[in-house]
Amino acid sequence: MSRKQVSLVNIFISSFIAFMALFILGPLIWLAVHAFATSWTYPNLLPDGFTFTWWKTIAGDQELVKSVKNSLLISPIVVLISAVVCLPAAYAFSRYQFFGRKSFLIGMFAANAFPKIGLYASIATLYYTLNLMGTIVGVIIIQLLGTIIFMTWIPAAAFGSVPRNLEDAARDAGASKLRTFWDITFRLALPGILVAMVMSFLASFDEAQGTYLVGVPTIYTMPTKMYALVLNYPVQIAAVFSLLLAIPSVLLISIARKHIIGGQLADGFQIK
Amino acid sequence: MSNSTGSGGLELQGLKKILGGRVIIDDLNLTVNKGEMVSLLGPSGCGKTTTLRMIAGFLIPDAGRVVLAGNDVTNTGPEKRPSAMVFQNYALWPHMSVYKNVAYPLKLRKMNKSEITKRVHNVLELVNLMHHKDSRPSQISGGEQQRVALARALVQEPDVLLLDEPLSNLDAKLRVKVREDIRDLQRRLGITTVIVTHDQDEALSISDRIAVMNGGRIEQFSSPQELYDRPATEYVANFIGSLNHLTGDYSNGRVTVGTKTIGIRPEDVHFTSTNESNGFEATVDHVVPRGHFSEVYLKREDAELRAFMSTNIPAVGEKGYAVIKKALIYENGKLLKVE
Repeated sequence: MSRKQVSLVNIFISSFIAFMALFILGPLIWLAVHAFATSWTYPNLLPDGFTFTWWKTIAGDQELVKSVKNSLLISPIVVLISAVVCLPAAYAFSRYQFFGRKSFLIGMFAANAFPKIGLYASIATLYYTLNLMGTIVGVIIIQLLGTIIFMTWIPAAAFGSVPRNLEDAARDAGASKLRTFWDITFRLALPGILVAMVMSFLASFDEAQGTYLVGVPTIYTMPTKMYALVLNYPVQIAAVFSLLLAIPSVLLISIARKHIIGGQLADGFQIK
Repeated sequence: MSNSTGSGGLELQGLKKILGGRVIIDDLNLTVNKGEMVSLLGPSGCGKTTTLRMIAGFLIPDAGRVVLAGNDVTNTGPEKRPSAMVFQNYALWPHMSVYKNVAYPLKLRKMNKSEITKRVHNVLELVNLMHHKDSRPSQISGGEQQRVALARALVQEPDVLLLDEPLSNLDAKLRVKVREDIRDLQRRLGITTVIVTHDQDEALSISDRIAVMNGGRIEQFSSPQELYDRPATEYVANFIGSLNHLTGDYSNGRVTVGTKTIGIRPEDVHFTSTNESNGFEATVDHVVPRGHFSEVYLKREDAELRAFMSTNIPAVGEKGYAVIKKALIYENGKLLKVE
């Protein structure tokens, strides 16, 4: 290849990278700028000015603050309940052979296979008879649905990857079955369980469809509040809210990256 | 009622185990004296690991009794038995340091901290691993991992030490050294030990007695020397050492027409150029050098014999006389006599 051709290829590659970067980061930059802009309209390249007004507006709007509080309350509860219900199931799936094991495992996808809105509509009918419409409990149950698959499949794989003879060795050393589970099985499956918890938290935190159907107008979470924001508030408010909504995701993923992928917990799986 | 021997060792009485509809262990009886080292030797699938797992308590026998140090533990869980096991692939807990691995059994016994530290340090010094006490199992070599597993078992001061193929994951050189180490430790501590192995060299070199297993039963249980000199069955004779097979009758070094099986150890076949005693004519077919000895293949029209010779190795094609010094004569698989 001649020097001219090489530089042509380089130009092509660089412009492609620049285009992809703009494609991925563009909307994020747009959001970030809007959150601090007084106004930013076509065809201006730069916003007219910068301000913290929009953040103050949100902090002062009781409705919006309430939705943030709701989200921060409901999601941890959902993750906790999901863990309590699904982790024993995950252990059973990975360690015991029982009738219908495969069907149950595959069946869990069924809830995710159909359009959710149809499922939610039929649940709503049920909710009206049970008086769960517009209640926190109702919202928690709806959000639980989306976490089941994460909380079962990922920990089941994690439990399954703990070698049996490590458990045998603990029993031989004098540990009861329960002690063996806590000290060895659970401890070695912990990275997988934490990943499942992060995924479940995000699934719950971002769930909007079902929560909207069941919770509105009494209970708003951050994602469902977004609907109202987009329709009724200036675009800058929605931008601020989007950033707020992204904080837990970014935080959790970076923590997970540090402690699960690169940290000590990963050592547990370096079995020679 | 207890009909234990009171030997303080290990006793297996009429053990039977069926797994997946197949009889794995059938009416197995074994008595290991206190302080004795016994090998369970056999090919894979003979039931030796199943037997060990029944002694450890991971499997409950379908019939029979397991008596450890005078107590019937047949239905006792592994955590309550006075036995400690070294697993084939060591089964070290990857999330604990070497020290914590070894300390774990003591922690479960609710021992106080200073006592735990003392005993763990003692046993780590015993297996020469003090410098690795803070390492993770994944950071040390296979031989070192094996010693950690051994330390974890010894720190419990068990009545019976169980070793499941402890050397199979080590390379040949290390294997010999570690097996000497294990034997040395076992003698010094006087600990009753059962070791499962498929390697006859290993069994012969470290055991007080060897139980040769076949199809879920013990074929013969005796000292290594006895096992080699007087194998009770044809199976044992074939499994331990090398053997020439001939069919016929045998008397005074002569093989005549008959139906018995005659087994001759290659070292009991001599080859001489002159017929001194009852030999028969043979030609050297080929010679395989094996280091400190040579395998000499002797041929006659109707038979072939293998001889192990270390001096005066004959040349290929040389004619002479094969003399049989000793033969094992079997009828229906059982030893009839040694001549």
